[in-house]
Amino acid sequence: MTVLPVVLAANAVDTFVQTFFRGAALGSLYALLALSFVLVFKATQTVNFAQGAMALAGTWFLSMVFIDWEIPGRWLGGPTWLNWMLAVVVAALMTGVLGLVVERLTIRPLIGQPVFTMAMVTLGLEVVIQVVSVDAVFLTPRVLGVPWGADTFRIGGAYVAWSYVAAMCMAALAFIWAWRFFKTRAGVAMRATAFDQEAALAQGINVGRVFAIAWCAGAALAALSGIFASMAPWGPAGVASREGAFFVFRALPAVVLGGLDSAVGALVGGLIIGFAEVFAGQYLAEHANVLGYGYQQVVPYVVMLIGLLIRPYGIFGTKEVRRV
Amino acid sequence: MRGRPNLYTSYEAESQLFPTMTHKVALALGLMVLVLMPFDLPVIDQLPLVRFLGDSIWLRLVNKMLIFTIGALGLHLLSGLAGQLSLGHAFFGGVGASTAVLMGGKASANLWGWGLPMWVWLPAAGVVAALIGIAIAPTAVRVRGLYLGIVTLGLVFIGLHLSRMFPEIAGPGDLGRKWPRMELRLWKEEEPFLDFSRDGHWLWFDATKHQKTYFFLLVIVVLMAWWVANLGRTRTGRALAAIRDRDIAAEIMGVHEYRYKTTAFALSSFYAGVSGALFASFVGQVPPEQWSLRASVTFLAALLIGGMGRVSGVFMGSFFVIMSTRFVEEVVDWAKHQAEAEGLFSGFFDFFISRGTGDGGLISVAETAMGYPLPASALDEIIYGVLIIVFLLFEPLGLSGIWIKVRNYWKGWPFSY
Repeated sequence: MTVLPVVLAANAVDTFVQTFFRGAALGSLYALLALSFVLVFKATQTVNFAQGAMALAGTWFLSMVFIDWEIPGRWLGGPTWLNWMLAVVVAALMTGVLGLVVERLTIRPLIGQPVFTMAMVTLGLEVVIQVVSVDAVFLTPRVLGVPWGADTFRIGGAYVAWSYVAAMCMAALAFIWAWRFFKTRAGVAMRATAFDQEAALAQGINVGRVFAIAWCAGAALAALSGIFASMAPWGPAGVASREGAFFVFRALPAVVLGGLDSAVGALVGGLIIGFAEVFAGQYLAEHANVLGYGYQQVVPYVVMLIGLLIRPYGIFGTKEVRRV
Repeated sequence: MRGRPNLYTSYEAESQLFPTMTHKVALALGLMVLVLMPFDLPVIDQLPLVRFLGDSIWLRLVNKMLIFTIGALGLHLLSGLAGQLSLGHAFFGGVGASTAVLMGGKASANLWGWGLPMWVWLPAAGVVAALIGIAIAPTAVRVRGLYLGIVTLGLVFIGLHLSRMFPEIAGPGDLGRKWPRMELRLWKEEEPFLDFSRDGHWLWFDATKHQKTYFFLLVIVVLMAWWVANLGRTRTGRALAAIRDRDIAAEIMGVHEYRYKTTAFALSSFYAGVSGALFASFVGQVPPEQWSLRASVTFLAALLIGGMGRVSGVFMGSFFVIMSTRFVEEVVDWAKHQAEAEGLFSGFFDFFISRGTGDGGLISVAETAMGYPLPASALDEIIYGVLIIVFLLFEPLGLSGIWIKVRNYWKGWPFSY
């Protein structure tokens, strides 16, 4: 899925700078997605395996909103990039609503059930949403109309795509929002719910609403990361395709490495995995005949396995207190 | 004492696999029907369900189901009995299939194969998968719950990558290669003395290849299922159940958690390996991409639909998951006939059926159809995705839970308990 830039830098320093930016951008995408997993996990203690399907739905919504319906554009006029960003917001909101509906129908009845059950339900959701979107919707690849396309700018001799900058800005915004959110009343309620659902209920916290907020925000974040992951250097020139869902499964190592319940862990884990993948892809390329074609896509899992051997709960994850 | 239900006077009596006479008679009858099922015998083939399964198209599906059941039994050991979530079951199936083709396949310019007979490659497929299960155990045992799910998910992707790295073993990713057939030879001689994969003559019967394969698989499945059911009442089985119910309490009672979890991984991988090897051999040519996350989820779906933690549930779930594809096709076909028959309800059926001309139907009947009017195969996947959710929400014990409810109702009938 990772389509490397064709333009190669001239010397070693430029190659390094270019690789660094690529790593940081991919890391930001992973971190963004990891944050969406963490949000859902913090509220429900469950890994939401349907997040990939949500990302896929998000890209599809964007394509519908921006290309087919021209939603803000047909009333606003204005520059394309502004319309596109508004369309992204609309698409994220639509995915958020989808998350709300899904949560209300399938997750809410499971409050108090074992986490295993809930995780399995999300796997079922993944199958349903992905089959619907792949078989019914993604017949032809859909254009997303990314305003900066595959354009690059230069730092010294290194070529940096505008998408990298966009992805990093998006991740930065999301993490600032998350950092603010966990200090608000709803965020504190979420942390309490994560700690113990029954105790939270006894304290008068509306656990159902916490679930709803987490799923809505998680789905919206997944949609954003799905959209940004479909942009030029990663997806083929801003086209939404079913690859988006697989991208999500490559981001899972980032979540686990950082710790399933830590937003900081999501950021750090995402960046580590992103850098590891890109640097391995760049600097081990001459060993590709030994490592096999596309080896960099397996790097996240290898890093995750090594990380888990050292810290079974991730770098920033809370160690589960086991009571007898 | 006889005839009183649920009265056991000794531990041996209670822990029997088939405690009552009814169980034993049902088992004997069931086995008899299973053995006679594929034949065109005068009385047996008049039984409606049996005749319907004896049909060779359906028998092929039954064979596929039996192979799938072996893998599901393996996952039952790991998830149902020992309570460890695994999304990497397909990986071990792939390991088994690759081992089988490496040992039993024919070598050519760009493919490896040693041409060994089946009695070597089939057990070897299981053993190699089990060894790899033991090898990953140090990581897998340390992590718990959903972390374990994601670690095993990683295995699937690493496995797919390995299959791309060594196309010499399992063939190119989207094609695969020819797998060795199900046939018994002593060593590498020309003519197998038992061939399960070709039509032929057995004793005084003419047996089709599906019938032969069926008997071969039936023996394996019965043995392996009996072994799994029996394991549940041994020391190992009780230790695994203790770990599932409360791992820390099990450890305090003296259950060696690390050793027993490793055992569970090894056994489950063994079953998956055998299942994978048989599946690839049965289909003949399997692309390595087959062993993906979707296959793992199918195994889990079978367990959940059948009912977690019960051997009977494994059978029901496997039956459901494998047969549903065909059932959905039949139902769609039937609906199409109804729509075309101009009967009383033809308008009703016409509403659902699309003939690919944009007539607003939901389900496409054209074979090659893709896109909005859903093809039957997509419909099938959606159905089992929905069923996983529905069963978990409303009937966590699955089909076997429904069976228990029905049985208990009739046990006390006409009283409510």
